[in-house]
Amino acid sequence: MGYQLDFSVLAEYFGLLLKGAGVTLGLTAIAATLGIALSIGGAATARWGLKWARALVALYVELIRNTPFIVQLFFVFFGLPSLGLQLTALQAAVLAMTINLTAYAIEIVRAGIEAVAPGQREAGLALGVGPPTVFFWVILPQAIANVYPALVSQIVITMLESAVVSQIAVTDLTHVADFIQSRTYRAFETYFAITLVYLAMSVCLRWLFARAGQRLFAGRAR
Amino acid sequence: MITLPLWDIFAYLLLAARWTLLLSGIAFLGGGIGALLLLMLRYAQPGLGAKFVRLYTELLQGTPLLLQLFLVFFGLPLLGVDVSPLLAAGVALTLYSTAFLAEIWRGCVDATPRGQWDASASLGMNFLQQMWDVILPQALRIAIPPTVGFLVQLVKSTALASIVGFNELTKAGQIVTNATFRPFMIYACVALIYFVMCYPLTFCARTLERKLARSR
Repeated sequence: MGYQLDFSVLAEYFGLLLKGAGVTLGLTAIAATLGIALSIGGAATARWGLKWARALVALYVELIRNTPFIVQLFFVFFGLPSLGLQLTALQAAVLAMTINLTAYAIEIVRAGIEAVAPGQREAGLALGVGPPTVFFWVILPQAIANVYPALVSQIVITMLESAVVSQIAVTDLTHVADFIQSRTYRAFETYFAITLVYLAMSVCLRWLFARAGQRLFAGRAR
Repeated sequence: MITLPLWDIFAYLLLAARWTLLLSGIAFLGGGIGALLLLMLRYAQPGLGAKFVRLYTELLQGTPLLLQLFLVFFGLPLLGVDVSPLLAAGVALTLYSTAFLAEIWRGCVDATPRGQWDASASLGMNFLQQMWDVILPQALRIAIPPTVGFLVQLVKSTALASIVGFNELTKAGQIVTNATFRPFMIYACVALIYFVMCYPLTFCARTLERKLARSR
């Protein structure tokens, strides 16, 4: 007599599941917005900053990219309170996700900036446009267009990695799964269903960003 | 609360790091074999095989590793297999790295000129000979830097095994934190040990990439 799979028990938790998915998407949206904004500053610093600032950015990027996200999360949530910085689980999750995404995005945006032909900047400056304006209106749009697919991938990766924040009791999609399986004792079915929800979310996110990308960068020679 | 000398804590973490390395090794070896098989399948059966490989990588790269780990951990017992945390983590990470390595290596095989396939076919080589003697040796050269880069990702991914109770570096960090209540220092040490394991690989990957770029 084998184990009988039974997915019907999951039906009554549909509302909870939607809420969890909302939390996961919300966390990802905040981390992506903050992370990309910060990474533009970081990439500009890495490219044109003072020597010590460049070294600082490089150190940050290497430290984050060579340690696991879960350790960063635990450090923020459990470790920072001893410095007097008490964070709720949700704040800690947002902070850790932003810190993580920023490091990867800095490398991506920097590669995008480096791929913009130097003549673009020189032409802008020669027209008497100020350096900040040249950066934001000439270089940055082209840089982002260059690396748009990589940025999208990184955002999706951040969304998938955010499953770990359930470990500090943020009520995201994975945490909902933990709750449901503790109620129904249907661990495999629950995690299977939730995995499919994650898959659907990552496919949808990719598709949406791809569509948005076509709009945003329409008419650019590829 | 227990007070332990700093050195004892660090030594305990270092000993646990061996399990991180072992798990990474298992996942890399298993993933390498799996990816090689998928690669063969993809090029031997360009129709159905390629579709299967794409579906496989899509599934494993589009879902969180944590959930894959749970599925293996709770799914294998349904098949009557008694799972230890090491087995669950080993299987899940092997499946995971198979997907990534297959994707990376596919790119490398695709990058070898089309003429190499045609030339070896015209010499009367069969598929295995073409792959083994002609294509893979050329693909290998460009495959090394991204593979080393993926190794960094794999070492970091083993941290998730702590969640199913496998006593590797992150789990050890949690255990000592619970005993000593010094999370700031301990998680900083854990991060440092991961950094020491990963940074040389990152550095290696970057150097190899530059070398390769210069040789072209």
